[in-house]
Amino acid sequence: MELTGAEITVRCLADEGVEYIFGYPGGAVLHLYDELFKQDRVKHILVRHEQAAVHAADGYARTCHKPGVCLVTSGPGVTNAVTGIATAYMDSIPLVVVTGQVPTHAIGQDAFQEVDTVGITRPCVKHNFLVKDVKDLAVTMKKAFYIATSGRPGPVLVDIPKDVTTARCEYFYPDKVELRSYNPVVKGHSGQIKKALGLLLEAKRPMIYTGGGIVLGDASADLAQLVRALGYPCTNTLMGLGGFPATDPLFMGMLGMHGTYEANMAMQHCDVLLAVGARFDDRVIGNPKHFFQEDRKIIHVDVDPSSISKRVKVDVPIVGDVKEVLGEMNRQLAAGSQKPDAAALKAWWTQIELWKARDCLKYDRTSAIIKPQMVVEKLYEITKGDAFVTSDVGQHQMWAAQFYKFDKPRRWVNSGGLGTMGFGLPAAMGVYLAHPDSQVVCITGEASIQMCIQELSTCKQYRMPIKIVNLNNRYMGMVRQWQEFFHGNRYAESYMDALPDFVKLAESYGHVGMRIEKPEDIEPALKEAFARKDQLVFMDFVTDQTENVFPMVPGGKGLSEMILV
Amino acid sequence: MPLLIPANAPDLPMKHIISLLLENEAGALSRVAGLFSARGYNIESLTVAATEDATLSRMTIVTTGSDDVIEQITKQLNKLVDVVKVVDLSEGEHIERELMLVKVRAAGKDREEMKRMADIFRGRIIDVTDKTYTIELTGTGQKLDAFIEALEEGAVLETVRTGASGIGRGERILRV
Repeated sequence: MELTGAEITVRCLADEGVEYIFGYPGGAVLHLYDELFKQDRVKHILVRHEQAAVHAADGYARTCHKPGVCLVTSGPGVTNAVTGIATAYMDSIPLVVVTGQVPTHAIGQDAFQEVDTVGITRPCVKHNFLVKDVKDLAVTMKKAFYIATSGRPGPVLVDIPKDVTTARCEYFYPDKVELRSYNPVVKGHSGQIKKALGLLLEAKRPMIYTGGGIVLGDASADLAQLVRALGYPCTNTLMGLGGFPATDPLFMGMLGMHGTYEANMAMQHCDVLLAVGARFDDRVIGNPKHFFQEDRKIIHVDVDPSSISKRVKVDVPIVGDVKEVLGEMNRQLAAGSQKPDAAALKAWWTQIELWKARDCLKYDRTSAIIKPQMVVEKLYEITKGDAFVTSDVGQHQMWAAQFYKFDKPRRWVNSGGLGTMGFGLPAAMGVYLAHPDSQVVCITGEASIQMCIQELSTCKQYRMPIKIVNLNNRYMGMVRQWQEFFHGNRYAESYMDALPDFVKLAESYGHVGMRIEKPEDIEPALKEAFARKDQLVFMDFVTDQTENVFPMVPGGKGLSEMILV
Repeated sequence: MPLLIPANAPDLPMKHIISLLLENEAGALSRVAGLFSARGYNIESLTVAATEDATLSRMTIVTTGSDDVIEQITKQLNKLVDVVKVVDLSEGEHIERELMLVKVRAAGKDREEMKRMADIFRGRIIDVTDKTYTIELTGTGQKLDAFIEALEEGAVLETVRTGASGIGRGERILRV
């Protein structure tokens, strides 16, 4: 039987096993919405802004093992979605973004709500398609899911003109597709793995540094096995938190611009570095010239060949799926007889303990004003470290990363690469739908939360009992911190006058609002909030305006040139 | 005496000629061009046309960069979903050709001289008026440059060049 393009699109989504689609209707996608209306296999979540649709799909994808899917209309629907798409692209999150387009005959005519979607999104997607013939639709959808979820994952966009949604053809959804131009490498080169293991076992001052690739590649168990078998220190990037258990004694904390003293010092002074699913970006290693003042051998495992030797020359490159490669390393390690150099390792750990003793994350616990770090610590205690935590971007993000000890992967959801303010709340919506029986928390600040505040309405519509922890210091805190450190205390436009009353704001959306002003009220407030299992609670914590994130590696400085408390 | 390059020599930018096969689909060219501009890579020339297999296009890009940059360029090109194969022709023996059409002043006493110059460079005069010749010239980019330089100043009225196309020598074949 022949189906319309709109029917085919929705059937493809259902046959792909898509549970939720996040979107916002409009002229070019009306036929698609009509088909969504007629079925109940794919549930649609109506957001209040297209950016939030993509972030929600992104949060969903990050915390379960399925791609996120969204649907937006042509023109402004697409341009609003671009921030979300770029966010997912930078963090390698698998998404399929379906966009409406003006009819094929109107393309290029500057039609109403027309933009060159494929052109606008080209630099921030893994791949995109414009479907001009309904006969190509089903196979294109299959390709989109395949490309988004394989190799180094990423967002894939499918642009469908309105007339294609009404044209008809036979429906056939292929089980799999093959592309001659796209064959991600899975298995790592066993000779290289052997070489890497040899280097690792010879090391006097080893270090293991892992990123988001461990989380996305579901390789945390393999990583833990390797790290524990070797007894080497391990650090995670911001994107990699939860990839190795934060409460494990071998964990060094996060590294990078706001990483721990011990992680950064060990990274700088190690003699053999194993990097897995990480990309040596500027927020991680600081100035590469400074990084290279110390001599070390680098082994780099990544599924994306272009991540290897991009910013840092490596000695042993291994292209492959991180889970496969770590598994092979574990097998070779168990089969071999060589053990790490115990004496050297002991001396190295002694050095590391000295660095740890610097207690780089200390803060004033006796302050009469709420310290934001304390809020995160209390949150960690009350949720027993088992919540799904999303964040926005800024100081609160760094405190969340430093003070919430993630023991499991896919629990920490933040915009690491693009640094998108406004990400946290909509991402939490997606996380909630993926894990409706878990605690979902959004740690945010009063500046970030206002960038997607309208989603409080979506949360009400779908009864999403997210707990919002707003660390309200009345400043764009990270901007203010840089201005204090590097711009002579000139706080140019980083102070927010005329903030809303967040309690009343939450209430007006039908949620519960709380304002917390004293340190002794943090714990009772959190307890009360989590006791309200069916309600969204907006906790507005009035925090110290002058608190800064430490340690800090200033931009352009070397990893060991940290500003400390 | 062979010129020895010291081991610690800086990684200097060199000219490379990169060949790729890509899906002959709308937008494939813009993906390649967009990659170069987004990542700040240099393009000296870029030529593209369909091959004997209508589903594939063959592209030749001339670029300059240090070894590290060229390595990134080839990796990033390979990462594009529409790109089927990439080869840096400069890594081995290869042939490079470019076509140029030059319109030159050819009046009076210059006319005979211009004809001689075209012959020396194995060019062909393909259009003639009382005052001008249009010369077709094929060769490496260097040869075409040399021809322009050999002409008297002011003799050139107009030039158009295709950019280089390249192919590996002998058994070096780029195909799916």
